[in-house]
Amino acid sequence: MDKITFTKFIINPKMFWSNFFLLGFFILLGFACSHYMELEGHYVTGMNNQIVWGLPHIFAVLLIVIASGVLNIASISSVFDKKLYKPLAPLSALLAISFLIAGLVILVLDLGRPNRLIVAMTTYNFKSIFSWNIFLYSGFTVVLAAYMWTMLDREVNKYSKFMGTFAFGWRIILTTGTGSIFGFLVAREAYSTAILAPLFIVMSLLYGTAVYYLILRLISKFHDTYITTDILDNLKKLSVMFLFANLYFLGLYHVTNMYIAKHLDFEIFILSSGGIYTISFWVGQVFIGIILPIIILSSNKLCTHLALTISSILILIGSFIAMYVIIIGGQAYPLTIFPDHIIIDSSFFDNVVHSYIPSVYEFGLGIGGIALALIIVLVGIANFKFLPTMISSLHKKEAAEKSSDS
Amino acid sequence: MKDSARLTRREFMVKSFTAISTVYIIPDLIPKAVASKPLDAEVSAKTEWAINVDVTKCVDGCTACVDACVDENGLYGFDRPETDSQWIRKLQIKDIRTEQVTTLPMMCQHCENPPCVDVCPTGASFRREDGIVMVNQHTCIGCRYCMMACPFKARSFVHENLTEQVTSSPRGKGCVESCNLCVNRIDHGSETTACEEACMKEGHNAITFGDLANPDSRVSLAIKTKPSRRLREDLKLKQRVTYSGF
Repeated sequence: MDKITFTKFIINPKMFWSNFFLLGFFILLGFACSHYMELEGHYVTGMNNQIVWGLPHIFAVLLIVIASGVLNIASISSVFDKKLYKPLAPLSALLAISFLIAGLVILVLDLGRPNRLIVAMTTYNFKSIFSWNIFLYSGFTVVLAAYMWTMLDREVNKYSKFMGTFAFGWRIILTTGTGSIFGFLVAREAYSTAILAPLFIVMSLLYGTAVYYLILRLISKFHDTYITTDILDNLKKLSVMFLFANLYFLGLYHVTNMYIAKHLDFEIFILSSGGIYTISFWVGQVFIGIILPIIILSSNKLCTHLALTISSILILIGSFIAMYVIIIGGQAYPLTIFPDHIIIDSSFFDNVVHSYIPSVYEFGLGIGGIALALIIVLVGIANFKFLPTMISSLHKKEAAEKSSDS
Repeated sequence: MKDSARLTRREFMVKSFTAISTVYIIPDLIPKAVASKPLDAEVSAKTEWAINVDVTKCVDGCTACVDACVDENGLYGFDRPETDSQWIRKLQIKDIRTEQVTTLPMMCQHCENPPCVDVCPTGASFRREDGIVMVNQHTCIGCRYCMMACPFKARSFVHENLTEQVTSSPRGKGCVESCNLCVNRIDHGSETTACEEACMKEGHNAITFGDLANPDSRVSLAIKTKPSRRLREDLKLKQRVTYSGF
């Protein structure tokens, strides 16, 4: 009978170090960008008093959402007892922890005062969802570390189902918290709705699955990993399901906004008259990010591997644009301070759709964050047994014969 | 030395008590002319600082309140309007139905239920008992969540290194700031903010500041004589800044 074991990432040292230094270079670049922004002040970025959250927040929120979603694979195995996914679970937890750390690092380095992180860690306002998120994010890393331990150490393996369920519950609350950062903003028409929380949850499931597949595929180029056609078919079905769930919640979010009379003008803006934001929404978020992947995954013209690869890349392009539409588009639409008046003149741009051109420093910080996530994964899989490898009965026999000969 | 020159115990006690009374007790018995609190006293909810703006008196093109705020708080910009701080700004608005054009000053509305305070993760954004909403410059981490939450775009983020700061108004790069009703003046006994003072000097008297808890204060009298309204009343934030005349 075939047996699945977990191994370290066996890679040519030269290749390991070249990848390590390449990622390290981008991390240093990210730190340099952040240091420059802190030294000079945020005026060197594209952010201003109108668009207060910019590209770093797109990267950070996306990475945190992915971190929560990528754990989905482990949850299916532990919580829903799907044996098929069991070999993939440890890597899923490692990806979750690395993407979460990367997202948080970007968020912290973009603060006006990153040196006051200790204040954020010690002084809390429990009415703020941000405060709760500090607990949810830091707690999630601890929960994930414990979960990985129960999966990798045979002695404590019996607790893995419990820890998996606990981590599953934690991440649902965590993503609810992330969606609520926007959902609880009552003043802005784009936000101020609880639907953003479940929308973020389904987005996390979709983006997390796409990231998981792409990283697994990348690893399998260099390492003999255990990905059966059963797993591939299952991932494909899962992705289609998450794509439809995304479409459903996205539709529900916009229909809800259309029914709230005071949000209607914003809906018209995003859906039809918002220029770059409207184009981004329809072409990027909806067509590239949802419709095209559904078509690719549903048609049987491409082999499963290729269909999953292309659709996952499209989903991730769409995810970035979706964050752009939500975060930047939501702020670009001017605040309605006087519902029954038109603002004719203002020195503070109260009457215009705000524009945002990100700077190279913000982009550098974001790329540095992604590199940080990948370097944690690289070091993790090279030093710990995260990768599933199939030992066929034939191999086992040979190994047994070899050992008996010696 | 004569015995009469010596103080008896009784005389010593009487003179000592008189001296102590003069120094400590009598000043407290004299009614205070100003409503403000001594610097070492705690802020109390017995005072309710507020502003009323009579938009019919606000003159188009006049920026006296804005200029005074800039001077009072050292808000000298860098000629970068998108990132320079603005604690108070002038707006020109047009009624959709009547097409009547109005000009008015816009600043922090000092809400009783301030969304900026609710969302601040560290509690740096806070509301004093007397109603002043302000930012603790020592604990603000610069996350800008309060700016996302404010319905009136009243807050600014300090985007670059500052050079011409005034000692009475501490500011710092990387922190969020907004109108604090000239808290430094008020706590030192002044009864007027820089913007109100400038508006009065111009002879417009559009801005009226004062203590709502005192029925005879300027702001209480202004509100009594003319109906006033809060902006975005649907949000139920109970701002302390009200507008009359539109």
